[in-house]
Amino acid sequence: MNDDIGGIIHDQFTKLLEQNVDRKTILSAEGQEFPSELWQAVEDAGVPLALVAEDSGGVGLSGVEAFRLISTAAYHALPLPVAEAIVVAGLIRRPLRGPTSFARVADRAAGRVPYAADAKQILCEVDGGWSLVSSSGVTARPGKNLAGEARDDVEIDFAQAEGIETPDWLGSHGLDSVGALIRAAQMRGAMQRAFDMSLTHAGEREQFGRPIGKFQAVQHMLADAAGQLVAAGGLVDNAAEAWGQPDFGFRVALAKSRAGAAAGKVAEVAHQVHAAMGITQDHDLNFYTRRLWSWRDEFGSEAIWQERIGRAICAGGGAALWPSIISATAGDAA
Amino acid sequence: MSVFQFDAVVLPQEAEEARKEIRLFLAKELDEDRFAPHRCTWSSFDAEFSRRLGQAGFIGMMLPAKYGGKEASTLTRFVITEELLAAGSPCGAHWVADRQSGPQILRHGSDRAKTEILPKIVAGECFFGIGMSEPGAGSDLAAVKTSAKKVDGGWSITGQKIWTTNAHNVQYMIVLARTGDAGPSRHEGLTQFIVDMTTPGVTPRGITDLAGNHEFNEVFFDECFVPDDMMVGEVGAGWSLVTGELAFERSTPDRFLTDFQLFRGLVDEIGPEPDRGQAVQIGAMVAELASLRRMSISVAGMLERGEQPVVQAAMVKDLGTAFERSVPEIARSMVAVEPTKQTQNDFTEAMADTILRAPTFTLRGGTREILKSMIARGLGLR
Repeated sequence: MNDDIGGIIHDQFTKLLEQNVDRKTILSAEGQEFPSELWQAVEDAGVPLALVAEDSGGVGLSGVEAFRLISTAAYHALPLPVAEAIVVAGLIRRPLRGPTSFARVADRAAGRVPYAADAKQILCEVDGGWSLVSSSGVTARPGKNLAGEARDDVEIDFAQAEGIETPDWLGSHGLDSVGALIRAAQMRGAMQRAFDMSLTHAGEREQFGRPIGKFQAVQHMLADAAGQLVAAGGLVDNAAEAWGQPDFGFRVALAKSRAGAAAGKVAEVAHQVHAAMGITQDHDLNFYTRRLWSWRDEFGSEAIWQERIGRAICAGGGAALWPSIISATAGDAA
Repeated sequence: MSVFQFDAVVLPQEAEEARKEIRLFLAKELDEDRFAPHRCTWSSFDAEFSRRLGQAGFIGMMLPAKYGGKEASTLTRFVITEELLAAGSPCGAHWVADRQSGPQILRHGSDRAKTEILPKIVAGECFFGIGMSEPGAGSDLAAVKTSAKKVDGGWSITGQKIWTTNAHNVQYMIVLARTGDAGPSRHEGLTQFIVDMTTPGVTPRGITDLAGNHEFNEVFFDECFVPDDMMVGEVGAGWSLVTGELAFERSTPDRFLTDFQLFRGLVDEIGPEPDRGQAVQIGAMVAELASLRRMSISVAGMLERGEQPVVQAAMVKDLGTAFERSVPEIARSMVAVEPTKQTQNDFTEAMADTILRAPTFTLRGGTREILKSMIARGLGLR
């Protein structure tokens, strides 16, 4: 909506992350300590309101700006459900307070829900319908992903739940699409961090009397990783542009597919460049690569989304292939 | 400019209007059976097709009106080229003139070159070849030996070029020749010249490629005279002109759509109900193509703003040609077919043709190894 506000919030958020998220914060959150003060600081900065319209009390950022905030949070491995909170508030179109998550619920239960135990409310999708359930209706059994981020199994009591109107643009995969795009945006951020660390390391680490970045084999690995990053990042923007538009679902499928494929490759290059030091807990690289290995499978691996794209394309036949690619990458969603 | 900078670009209305027009043109060509999509790539030479395309106003669209152009934007040209490529039309005749020679003559050519040549390019009557590589100067262009010596009223060129596509069919070549010492940077002393292929002393000799096609040529220059006003840019400015040209050459859709017709045919071969493995593969290819198109449009936007996104263009070409190279390999993993041209089946023929052409994808216009090194330089590693 407003370029200036987007830029200002992004700068403030970056500063907040640089000052408040370090090794200690990340490790402590992995130990299941929810960083409540940090959440409050992020909430006070207005970040969770990014996708809520200004006249509804939000910040009114565009989809692209909002998902860039999500990438930036991931660049710093922010151990909070801020991405989840941004999209839930955006979907129900009003501000919410407190940590927020979402879940696809069947038989009153859902598995591996992000930060469910610490969420003040969870947007639940049941048989395609939505309701907002506050923490009093949630029984959570804590779990973690490979990166130590909270992924909790829950039982939901819908007695006090608030019915929420579902938007008509999400497509057949509903909240899974939203989850897929936030993970794709997070992968963009974590890939950039792992890449930046690798580039720095290649310039500093010396072997055979020169920085390893002077060796062509290392240069070409990093060039490949940079290409992966750019290819995936563009499709994240491409899908974010379609937030609120009917082709959101298809564009998300493209983004999650490509970002998931890139994540594995970038993580591999980052570890190869860092060599043995990179696989230790003493080195920060693992904060980002363990996230990449988790996020690429959450809300559907690349294979799952590729299959969905492939089925849609094959159903349309060869003649529709080119028009489909054009309309899915038109620069601005139709 | 960060190498990660690929700004979003929205194609303007006039570009989308142009898409409708070129689709109408192509539909008519196909209705009249004027080309066979599965047999063509953008390097297929068809002078008649290019002439019709020029007459319809789709060549040299970015040139000023006084030379017959439409003063269209880079983005409109982008749309025209991607539609031509996706349709599998034979663009080899006009491709180089439209993509790089025309724009370069406009920027750096003499008045005579502009008035004499540009209108003919636009009309689809005048085609160009590229004279950069030499037997001893492939990826290492600075090693160029072909020389241009100053003579009365012009220059005398002697030497040899190689890998000039369609040299035997074009009217002109732009030749990179040595006019002075290379200097410590190795990039000095090179100058570009427009050589009329009918000039005495110019002899193309065909090279048959492994597919049996004659597209490449060697070209010999024996004291070939080029008048002063057919020099492009200043004496010694050749290197910067050539490298500037590369951003145009490396980011365009011909770097990821060369075998699009095979991809399209593959979707039809698989049919509307793919098994899981087929659907996954097709989905991955679509996502790759989508990301490449997005990156390529972004580079077109940078070029439109007058920037020189050389590293970004190298990224598009590296990823794009890797994709092109993968298409026949993926196709043969999903459809059982023995590739042959002795067939009535379009898919089988396209498969055979693409397998034989595929090695060039990651060579022409800069090998992928050179591209990766350029990207590494952009990252500050070199």
